[in-house]
Amino acid sequence: MKIVVCIKQVPDTFEVKIDPETKRIVREGVESIINPYDNYAIEEAVRIKERFGGTVTAVSMGPPQAEKALRDTIAMGADDAVLLSDRQFAGSDTLATSYILSCAIRKMGDVDVIVCGRETLDGSTGQVGPEIANHLSIPYVTYVSKITNISEGVMECTRLMEDHYEELKAGLPVLITVIKEINQPRIPSLKGMMKAKKAQINLWQCGNVEGEPRHYGQDGSPTRVVDVWTEQMQKSGRKVEGDAEELASALMSELKNLGVL
Amino acid sequence: MALIKIFHDKCTLCKQCIDECPFAAIEIKDGKLYINENCTLCGLCVKVCPENALEKEEKAAFKTDLNYYKGIWFFAESRDGKLSHAAYEMLNAALKLKKDLGEPVAGVLIGSNVAGLAGELGKRGADKVYVVKGPELEHFQEESYAMAMAQAVSKYLPNIVLAAATMIGRSFIPSVAARVRTGLTADCTDIGIDGETKLLIQTRPTFGGNLMARIVCKNHRPQMATIRPKIFDEAPVISNDGNPEVIEEKFDASGLKNMVQIIGKEKVENTVDLQEAEVIVSGGRGIRDPKNFAMIKELADALGGAVGASRAAVDSGWIPYPHQVGQTGKTVKPKIYIACGISGAIQHLAGMQTSDYIIAINKDPDAPIFRVANLGLVGDIFDVVPALIKKIKEQKG
Ligand SMILES: Cc1cc2nc3c(=O)[nH]c(=O)nc-3n(C[C@H](O)[C@H](O)[C@H](O)COP(=O)(O)OP(=O)(O)OC[C@H]3O[C@@H](n4cnc5c(N)ncnc54)[C@H](O)[C@@H]3O)c2cc1C
Ligand SMILES: Nc1ncnc2c1ncn2[C@@H]1O[C@H](COP(=O)(O)O)[C@@H](O)[C@H]1O
Repeated sequence: MKIVVCIKQVPDTFEVKIDPETKRIVREGVESIINPYDNYAIEEAVRIKERFGGTVTAVSMGPPQAEKALRDTIAMGADDAVLLSDRQFAGSDTLATSYILSCAIRKMGDVDVIVCGRETLDGSTGQVGPEIANHLSIPYVTYVSKITNISEGVMECTRLMEDHYEELKAGLPVLITVIKEINQPRIPSLKGMMKAKKAQINLWQCGNVEGEPRHYGQDGSPTRVVDVWTEQMQKSGRKVEGDAEELASALMSELKNLGVL
Repeated sequence: MALIKIFHDKCTLCKQCIDECPFAAIEIKDGKLYINENCTLCGLCVKVCPENALEKEEKAAFKTDLNYYKGIWFFAESRDGKLSHAAYEMLNAALKLKKDLGEPVAGVLIGSNVAGLAGELGKRGADKVYVVKGPELEHFQEESYAMAMAQAVSKYLPNIVLAAATMIGRSFIPSVAARVRTGLTADCTDIGIDGETKLLIQTRPTFGGNLMARIVCKNHRPQMATIRPKIFDEAPVISNDGNPEVIEEKFDASGLKNMVQIIGKEKVENTVDLQEAEVIVSGGRGIRDPKNFAMIKELADALGGAVGASRAAVDSGWIPYPHQVGQTGKTVKPKIYIACGISGAIQHLAGMQTSDYIIAINKDPDAPIFRVANLGLVGDIFDVVPALIKKIKEQKG
């Protein structure tokens, strides 16, 4: 089975700074990590390989330093990795990002399962996974919490909805986006880390991806960020101190004011 | 409106494009390839054609097309044959845009037996209701719903399409946007119309709520956004005999390839839908022990609310993941959110700081949760919560 996992490198901080000119996030000087939700995707891809056989290829679109994130996926058990990096890809929104990723995946050929994270820490749209599936014209399932079985070209899995779980059957190839509940990502083994160190990360540029360049980057992105600002989050709240009785009374009268009691 | 050019001299009628087309938009008529009105210009046919006999007339399409797109659409989400709160919220959001844009508001119902719900949308102010129906649409499923919506969008060309950022909305709307090749802004907390350009201004938090961004979709239509639940109130009933114009569309399932099948359903143990709850009482690491969640549950029950949790509580295995509020869990906006023993890490705040009224109980007076709390109680939850439950019981008699 051929398994692909899509990962993104994100800045490891919530203290973001914005360039007032470009309205882009200033990434310099901030340490980068694998998007935390993608760790579940990597772990699940590796577990699929361990349970049902196959290979795991990690793919990421991003700047050259995203190579580090891909190395980390190899340490966790991915077999190889492809970095999609080209100036032409810069400024991609979810439509362009998913298009570029889908071109790369199509080029890999005969992929059976694509695993994505639920969403990214920075963009947090959760749109890239479903949009990749769409560009590839394959079915997809979001919010997967468990893979029960894969056999004879069919995946059985469970997904979380608002107030219930659904058990589903999907024919391969299929794309899934996974939630935290699905597994506990492993700590890379020493052997894994050694392998990662020596691994060759394949770099694919515009010419390797074989898509239509006008769908890449800014040109291929229908949406534009026109303004970015930081929200001062604070409420002119009231703080009450006192013994339990006083606090409970304060709360009680507030709940009455609010009309719930 | 097919804008795919066919070079009949190159076409060998190999049918690869017909097989590939997700919309069943290509047929052979009178011995020639023909593209019908189902075409969404996705261009897949162009890509698979081994003879280069197909070409997309891109540039011309975009410029002129914009004027054809009219109307403010919203996805009228229904579950088990009933309209969800989210549907009324989206209607309200659409009505707000109508004030500034002057275009009609239309709901889109998708399902096997949903036509009966159209009247209710009319009573609350919808001008039109599109009903896309078919047996394949009985249960929610990403591919069929996305295809149903995309078919309607490609046929009627709305200017704006809104959907609630519920799990259903966030699951299938991206696929609609990719099918019709337009932009999509996720999880907006506000929308409006720009006075000058008449573009849809979409506001959304990113970076865990630390950063707000305003986004527009200038040259592509429709302009699409998912909107966080509970940001808009439900549109109220404004007339008793709402008679919206109802347009019924039969779902064309011929392009459905490999549909995902539902083989079972399982309710999440004693959960109500957190995103629908008016009151949420949440517990964090301060709860210390799984059995202490009984106290949280008792308070939630007394207030007719639901139980939430911080990630720390979920990761400790004290309560299942569907209860988790925050960046990795659910985004909620109840009328009242009571945080018990939660420090208020930014990732937790990302999921609840837009609640109407926040109450925090924490023994650490410097806990960051107090920065967002309307009412902060500095004290021990094991003293305050039982005392409160007692008082509520006394009052109820
Ligand atoms: C990528 C990422 C995603 C995340 N996603 C989420 C998410 O979705 N949701 C989420 O909640 N967190 C999330 N987190 C974790 C978050 O950073 C915090 O670790 C977590 O919210 C802390 O939970 P807590 O407030 O319950 O625990 P703590 O931070 O340990 O706080 C416990 C609080 O309880 C108080 N307390 C203790 N005992 C008592 C008592 N008897 N009476 C009163 N007060 C008491 C303490 O003073 C303290 O303030 C995420 C983190 C990362 C890195
Ligand atoms: N640049 C990227 N490279 C590879 N995968 C990505 C990229 N951006 C997003 N993804 C995948 O899509 C998921 C959802 O991302 P998003 O839509 O940005 O919230 C992530 O968890 C990743 O699995």
